Amino acid sequence: MSRGVVGSSVNRVGGVPRVLGTQVYVADVKLPNMLHAKLVHLDCAHARIRSIDCGEALEVEGVRAVLTAEDLPKPIPRFGPAYRDRPLLAVETTNFHGEPVAIVAAESEHAAQVAASRVKVDYDELPAICTVAQALDPSTGLVQDPSIRSDGPFRHTNILDEWKFGWGDVGGCRAHAVVENTYTFPIVTQFAIEPFAFLAEPTAEGITVYSAVQIPYGLQRSLAAVLDLPLSRVRIIAPDPGGAFGGKQHPKLEPILAYFALRLGRPLRLELTLEESFQEVRRAAAEVRVRSGFDSDGTLVFQDIESNYLIGAYADIAARVVSKASYVAAGPYRVPNVRILARALLSHTPPSTAFRGFGAPQENWAVESQLDEAAGRLGLDRVEIRRKNLPKRGEVFMPQDPPADGDWAECLDRAAQAVGWGDPLPEGRGRGIAMGLKAGPTTAASYTIIRLHLDGSATIYCGTSDMGQGARTVFSQIAAQELGVPLENVVMVMGDTAVVPFDLQTSASRSTVVMGNAVQAACRDIRRQLADLAAECYEVDEEIRVDPGVVHLPAGDRTFVEVLQDRFGRVKGEVIGVGSARSEYVPDHPLGGPPAFYEVVAIAAEVEVDRETGVTEVLKLIVAGDVGRAINPQAVAMQDEGAAVQGLGHSLMEQYILDSAGRIRNLGALDYRIPTTQDAPRELRSIHVENADGPGPYGAKGVAEGGILSTAPAIGSAVAQAVGVRIRDLPLTPERIWTELNRKTTP
Amino acid sequence: MSMQRIRISITVNAERHQLEVDPYETLLELLRDRLDLTGTKKCCGEGECGACTVIMNGRAVNSCIILAAEADGSEVLTIEGLSEGGRPNQLQQAFLDAGAVQCGFCTPGMIMAAHYLLRNNPHPTDEEIREGLSGNLCRCTGYGRIVAAVQAAAAAEATAASKAGLESTPEAPK
Repeated sequence: MSRGVVGSSVNRVGGVPRVLGTQVYVADVKLPNMLHAKLVHLDCAHARIRSIDCGEALEVEGVRAVLTAEDLPKPIPRFGPAYRDRPLLAVETTNFHGEPVAIVAAESEHAAQVAASRVKVDYDELPAICTVAQALDPSTGLVQDPSIRSDGPFRHTNILDEWKFGWGDVGGCRAHAVVENTYTFPIVTQFAIEPFAFLAEPTAEGITVYSAVQIPYGLQRSLAAVLDLPLSRVRIIAPDPGGAFGGKQHPKLEPILAYFALRLGRPLRLELTLEESFQEVRRAAAEVRVRSGFDSDGTLVFQDIESNYLIGAYADIAARVVSKASYVAAGPYRVPNVRILARALLSHTPPSTAFRGFGAPQENWAVESQLDEAAGRLGLDRVEIRRKNLPKRGEVFMPQDPPADGDWAECLDRAAQAVGWGDPLPEGRGRGIAMGLKAGPTTAASYTIIRLHLDGSATIYCGTSDMGQGARTVFSQIAAQELGVPLENVVMVMGDTAVVPFDLQTSASRSTVVMGNAVQAACRDIRRQLADLAAECYEVDEEIRVDPGVVHLPAGDRTFVEVLQDRFGRVKGEVIGVGSARSEYVPDHPLGGPPAFYEVVAIAAEVEVDRETGVTEVLKLIVAGDVGRAINPQAVAMQDEGAAVQGLGHSLMEQYILDSAGRIRNLGALDYRIPTTQDAPRELRSIHVENADGPGPYGAKGVAEGGILSTAPAIGSAVAQAVGVRIRDLPLTPERIWTELNRKTTP
Repeated sequence: MSMQRIRISITVNAERHQLEVDPYETLLELLRDRLDLTGTKKCCGEGECGACTVIMNGRAVNSCIILAAEADGSEVLTIEGLSEGGRPNQLQQAFLDAGAVQCGFCTPGMIMAAHYLLRNNPHPTDEEIREGLSGNLCRCTGYGRIVAAVQAAAAAEATAASKAGLESTPEAPK
């Protein structure tokens, strides 16, 4: 029986083909008559292009065409999810290391590669803006020409946009202790193990584009605009991504590929190298200066936070990252006075985009570290100072927003207990703990169709992208529960805009809540329809109750299958349920709407630092999140654990290293280190606080980002306790720790 | 462009192939593009991430940094050759049961590396598993469940072996 399937740790739906090697990812798709594309880029960030000579490239056997900006319509089509500022190919200048200047199409990948290397670009390298200080310096020149900027006070600066939030009166308040520091967070990249790959196929209807995109309907809108086609003629097939982490939300190279494929009249495939993938997506770097005021007992009096985010040469979704994260920068605390200033700064670096945590890890790194510094100053325990300032469930902590929606102190206490807070520590070891908060989705629009077939099995159509988080599993569990169908008889159809109904996006840990509610609604629609069918079929006048799998009739219970067969008979049929979940845009809310839930965690770490080498080993990493209700506890744990180790990466080892001209010097897996089995903590745990108080089905909240929100401040705090040095710049590399240790011991 | 093709013979998943390959072609490309064995994945292309791990002549290798021509005469086992009649084998099932599979892109390479590890060390310690899989990157799981999956597979194998041992031993202890 499928009763009780919600809340049980069933295995990942879609897991079997993944272990067999039969799962089809976008790079596995091959089409007849397909051409292969290769991008041409320069080994520099900012350059003025004098000329591009494609002659030699065109002579390569098998080459069909080479496209540069000159071959594109004028004005050159631009795209982007928030600002249409990114051109299909670089126009006159390149603005980041990796911006394509030309694209080659050939009969084989090898021929495309050879030809790309023979495209001769004559260019002058120009100075690049690649730090916050340079971007704020009015004398450095502009990353974006004002002609592509919208009117506004920042049009002639490198500030894409600026936000001011807050409440109370920071200027007018007095505090017993004031702590002021600046924290930096480096450029890091998503590093999905699946590099980007795309395929564009001209069809009789228009164009079909294959992309492992998290937001198929967003890509459809972008392409329709660039290609001037109606939405119905742009079909997106989105195979499950091989990891995404936000990096696959928005269009990247699909626009140029689709345009080129239509010109060629043949399917065109582009597979990026890992290095090229690194040049397409990354997290915004940030410098966060915080002044925090406390009473002598540790009560927060004010937070004064200025965040400068270094975004890329084009806006992508970075403005939203900055505004959404900075708005809740004061964290999950009761702070009576808050002043927030945040800027998104354009630079000659790859466009920064969504990355798990969506700006919150940058803010949490700073603000949580401040609490530790204050605890040290005031002689308070680091758990205690947090507990003192956490709001209780139902307490308003941001004046314009929903009150605290969970038991956050319980997260703190359970994380502290799990890490052994207060237990004696061996030499060289330390523990840290930090809260993390991220605002959940604000606007939402998810639609789903569920077909209940004659034999009682069901097919669900939805536009969510299953990139590893297990959306398929959760939706299947909800439908199995609601319809009383065995889990193995529920099939999910996803990833094709010609088939599945509209979904706004797979992002912000929303799918379990938003699409989950839509799935639940569609199941209940089916149950309502079954009641009507039964009333008609069995000529029942009174109201008929329908439970999962059972229709209650005066004459006795009937199964869904019996009702379907009795009603439809030999002509057959099915019941089609429709469900939707929406949250509308609220113009007078700073985020365009209050968050559907807060994603709140406490993360605790225990580390050992080698004083001789500065190497930090994370021994324990605990994530305790208020998840509302875990529809699949194992899936929740899988999200927490993966996110926490991804956070360990940016805490200890990950960063782009740029030269002064903006070249990324550590592209690829060899030079950009992410955690391996050797770096992962031996004790990695996920704890769930469950009170069924979320807005999703059965009280669920979203959980996919929590584990990354405050890993860095937890680890940083543990390192500080272990060896007595506090470093405010991530990552906490052995070099940084060693240098700091030796600076300290030098008389 | 007009480089001479090289004639090779290679056995993949117990099937013998005679092929003409390009001198620059990698074993990974041969598997994915010529034999349509797309279970083996390409990520870094420089032997760092392990997504392309296959077993060649009994050893786990990164197929992205081996030329197809070098594989002449060799025997190769890929993820497609590991399953039993299209169903997960014990190791593959252990990955599913432990929750060690998220996006799945690193999974084939990870399973091949784990398969090699268990072949050579049927009772690995936690540290030996971490060492054995340290050349395979995963960005989704945080690795804990992958290590647990390999432990579970080793334990299941040991149980199966001891059962088989009992059955084949006429004077099994009671």
